Amino acid sequence: MQLIYEKSQPGRRALTLDALDVPTCTLPDDLCRAEAAALPEIAEIDVVRHFTHLSQRNVGIDDTFYPLGSCTMKYNPKIAEVAAAEPGMAQLHPHFSSSPVFEANCQGAYALIHELERELAEVAGMKAASLQPIAGAHGELTGTLLIAAYHRDKGNTHKDTIIVPDSAHGTNPASAVMAGFKVVEIPSDKDGTIHLDAFEAMLTDNVAAIMLTCPNTHGLFEKDVAKIAKLAHSKDALLYYDGANLNAIVGQCRPGDLGFDVMHYNLHKTFATPHGMGGPGCGPVGVSERLLPYLPGPRVVKNEEGYTLAMPEKSIGRIAAFFGNFLIAVRAYAYLRHYGSEGLKEISRNAVLHANYIYARLKGTYKSAFPGNYMHECIFTATPQAATGVHAIDIAKSLLDRGFHAPTIYFPLTVKECIMIEPTETESKETLDAFCDAMLEIAKVAAENPDALHAAPETTPVGRLDEVRAARDLNCACL
Amino acid sequence: MSWIPTTDADQQAMLSTIGVDTVEALFATIPAALRMQSWDIPPGMSEMSVRNHIADLASRNTVGHTSFLGGGYYDHYIPAAVDALSGRSEFYTAYTPYQPETSQGTLQSIYEYQSAICRLTGMEFANASLYDGGTAVFEAATMSVRIARRNKIVVHSSINPTYKAMLLTHAANLDLEIVDGDDPEGAACVIVQNPSFHGTVADFTELSARCHAAGALLVVSCYPVALGMLKTPGEMGADIAIAEGQSLGMPLGFGGPYLGIMATRKEHVRKMPGRIAGETQDAQGRRGFVLTLQAREQHIRRTKAMSNICSNQALCALRALIHLSLWGKEGFKDVAVACHSKAEYLKSKLHFGTVLNEGPTFNEFTLRLPRNAAEVVAELLDEGYVAGLPLADMGAGEANDLLIAVTEKHSREALDAFATALERVACN
Repeated sequence: MQLIYEKSQPGRRALTLDALDVPTCTLPDDLCRAEAAALPEIAEIDVVRHFTHLSQRNVGIDDTFYPLGSCTMKYNPKIAEVAAAEPGMAQLHPHFSSSPVFEANCQGAYALIHELERELAEVAGMKAASLQPIAGAHGELTGTLLIAAYHRDKGNTHKDTIIVPDSAHGTNPASAVMAGFKVVEIPSDKDGTIHLDAFEAMLTDNVAAIMLTCPNTHGLFEKDVAKIAKLAHSKDALLYYDGANLNAIVGQCRPGDLGFDVMHYNLHKTFATPHGMGGPGCGPVGVSERLLPYLPGPRVVKNEEGYTLAMPEKSIGRIAAFFGNFLIAVRAYAYLRHYGSEGLKEISRNAVLHANYIYARLKGTYKSAFPGNYMHECIFTATPQAATGVHAIDIAKSLLDRGFHAPTIYFPLTVKECIMIEPTETESKETLDAFCDAMLEIAKVAAENPDALHAAPETTPVGRLDEVRAARDLNCACL
Repeated sequence: MSWIPTTDADQQAMLSTIGVDTVEALFATIPAALRMQSWDIPPGMSEMSVRNHIADLASRNTVGHTSFLGGGYYDHYIPAAVDALSGRSEFYTAYTPYQPETSQGTLQSIYEYQSAICRLTGMEFANASLYDGGTAVFEAATMSVRIARRNKIVVHSSINPTYKAMLLTHAANLDLEIVDGDDPEGAACVIVQNPSFHGTVADFTELSARCHAAGALLVVSCYPVALGMLKTPGEMGADIAIAEGQSLGMPLGFGGPYLGIMATRKEHVRKMPGRIAGETQDAQGRRGFVLTLQAREQHIRRTKAMSNICSNQALCALRALIHLSLWGKEGFKDVAVACHSKAEYLKSKLHFGTVLNEGPTFNEFTLRLPRNAAEVVAELLDEGYVAGLPLADMGAGEANDLLIAVTEKHSREALDAFATALERVACN
C-alpha cells in the first residue's frame, strides 16, 4: 500500500481556516524555519480513505478473538468510550490543578480520581493508589522509586538489590535498574513457581525488594507467596506486585492481603481500557501503609467543602505532569461502576474457567509446559511439533489464516517454543470452541504435512516480513 | 453480566470438559487463608445509569469558557476526521504489533508518524512515541548520558518547571548531577525549550555549537504547532528533539493521554529508547513494516535496555499523524500564523500590563498585571473567561504575573472582548 506521502499533490488541501481576522504577523527570519514542513497535501476524502484502508490492514478485539497471553485482551466496552468523550472530561484543562483559583472548576474530575483511587486500592487490598503513572512500566518505575525512597528514609543504604524471577516481564528488571537498583534473577522451579529455599538463599541483607507477578507468567499461583512475604519482611525487604495478571484473582484474593507492599495496575488489562495498538495505557500504583507517605503527589484529598490537593509528607514528587492518563482512568471508572462489587468477582471466575476449558480441550494434543493448575492463561510448548519442523511461530501464523489473532509466543523466556493462551472472560463458548478446533486442526496438519504451515500466513495483506532486512537497511522514515 | 457471555449451561459444559464440579475448584491453588473476605466496592449500575453518573460528574467541571490557559497544553481545533478515523476499532482495540502480518495498519501508521515527526523537527530518526512531553525530558537526559558517557544534565531556564520536577523525580536514584543554566562544560547535555515556558522564542544555534565544542548534546523540547513557523531543532543543530505532542489532535483531557515525541540524528538512533517501525518486504517483495532495532528494548535486553518503556502512545501518534495530514503543508503553517498573529493582536491591546518576555513570543506571553493575577483570574471566571495561568502558583513568577495563550480558535471579537474585560478587572 502507498504511503500517505506518495499520495501528496502540490496545492491540494483538506482543511482551511477562516480568513485571518487580525493583521498577519511574522517573526524575524532567523527565528523561522527555512521551508514549510513537507506534510502531505491531500484532499480530505483521500486522507479518510488512506486511514480507513490502513485500519482494514489491522486486527483488533472488535474483529476477532485475541488470546495474547499476559496481555488480557478483553472486550473494551463502548460505554467507556462515551464516558471519556464527555466534553466535561475531554475538554478539561489540566492546569486547573495548578492553581487553587480553579479548584471549584474541576470538582467532578477530582471526585472521579478520588473514588477510582480508593476503589483500586480496595480491589487490591492496598492502603491507597495513585493514578499518576502513565503506563504499566511507568507504574513499575514509580513502585521501585517508592521502594528506594522507603529504604533511603530508613537509612537502609546497603539495600541495593532487587530480586526478579526469570519468568518476569522484561520491564521488571529494566524498571529496577532505572530506579538505581542491581537486579538478581531467581530461577523458577520445574513446577513453574518460585521455591522458598531458593528465595531464602538469595535473601541477603542487601535485598531491597522482590518483584513478583501472581499468578506468574506461567499462569500459576505462587503458592508460597505468603511465606515469601514473611521472609522478605523479616529482612525489611519489600514485596512488589506486578499487576499484569490481576485479572485472574480480582475478587478472589488481594495482593495486599498476600503481603505485597506496592504494586501497579494495568487499567488496559484488568479494567478493559483499549490497548490502542500499544498505548496509551494507564499504570496506577497501589501501596500498603508503610509506603503511604512516599506516594507521588500532589494527591486529590477530600475535605468538608469538596476535593482539594495535598502533597504526601515524604512524597517522591511528580511522576507525571498531572494525574496520569486521566481519560483512560475515566474509562476504567465507567467499567468499575458497571460491574460493581459482585460483578467484579465474575471476571476472574470466568477468565479462569475459560483458560482451563481451553487447556482441557488442547492438553491431549499440545504439550503443557507445566503440570496444570493454570489460572487465567494456559501455557503449551511446541517442542514435540518442533521435532517435525513446525515451530510456535508457524502455529501462530497458521492461526492468522484461520481468522484468529495468535497467542503470545516465545514468552516467557523460561519455556521453549512457548505458546501462551489467555482467553479472558469476555469470549463465548462458541468462540473458545472455534479457536480450539483451529488449534487441533493445525496440530493435525503439523503431523501430516508440516510444510503446509511454513507458508502461513497467506490470507493477510502481507506474508512473513524480513526483519533482518529491516534492521540492516534501516529505513524508519520517508524523508 | 453484560460483558461476560457465559451462561449457566455453558459453565456446566465447560466444567464437565475440565473434569471439576465447580468454578471454585479452579481456585484451589490459592491457600484458603489468603482468600478475600470482603471489600468496600459499591454495587454495579446499568449502562444507562453509568452514563448518567459520568455526565453528572462531568457537569461539575468547567468547560466552554473562553480560555487563555496554555502552559504547555493548548486548546487547538481538532478536525472532525481525527476522531472519526482514530475511533475505528480496528485501530483502538488492537495491541502491540506482535504479528506484523495482521498489524500493517498500526505499523505503517507508526512509520508515517515517524516520517511526519522528522519532517516537522528537521531530524533524521523518530521513535514510535513516548508517554508525554515530561517523560520525554527524562528519556532524553538518560539517552544523552549513554551517548556522552557523562552524568551531568544541564537544565535551561526555558524549561517547563513541571518537566524539571518530573526529571528530578525520575532520576532520584540515578547517579546524575542535575544543574540549572546553559554551560555545556563537562555535561552530557543541555536541555532547552522553545518557545520557553513563559512564551519566549529563541534561536539555540549558537548554544548548539557551544555544546558540540564541549562534547555535550543539545536537547530541544519544542511545541509542535509552533514548528509550523519556527526554526526547527534540526536547523539549530540539536542532537535530540523532544516535544509534548498534545497540540497535534489530543483533547486536553485533564492531563492525558498525551504524546511524547522524540527524534534524533542518525548516529544516535541505536541509543534512542522506545519502539521504532522500519520498512521491509515479504517473500513476494511486497512492502511491509515491522518493529525494528528491538535489541535496544526491555523485552530483549532486560537490565541493559535503553529504557524500561514497553508500550508507546500509538493511538495518540495515529491521531497526530491524521491531524498533520488533514492540515497538510499549507494548512499547518496557516494554523501557526493564525496563533501567532492573534496573540500579537491581543498583546497589542494589553497596554495596562507589562509583557515580561525578553524576546519575541509565538502564541503565549507573560503579562505582569497591576494587581494579583489569581484574584483577576477568579473574578473573570465569573464572566466566562479562563484568563490564563497565575504563575506564582507554579512557582514560576510573581503574584501579578499571568501566562496568556492564544490559539487559532480565538476570534478577533473574542480577543477584543477579553482585552476589555481583563483591563476592567485588572485595573480595578
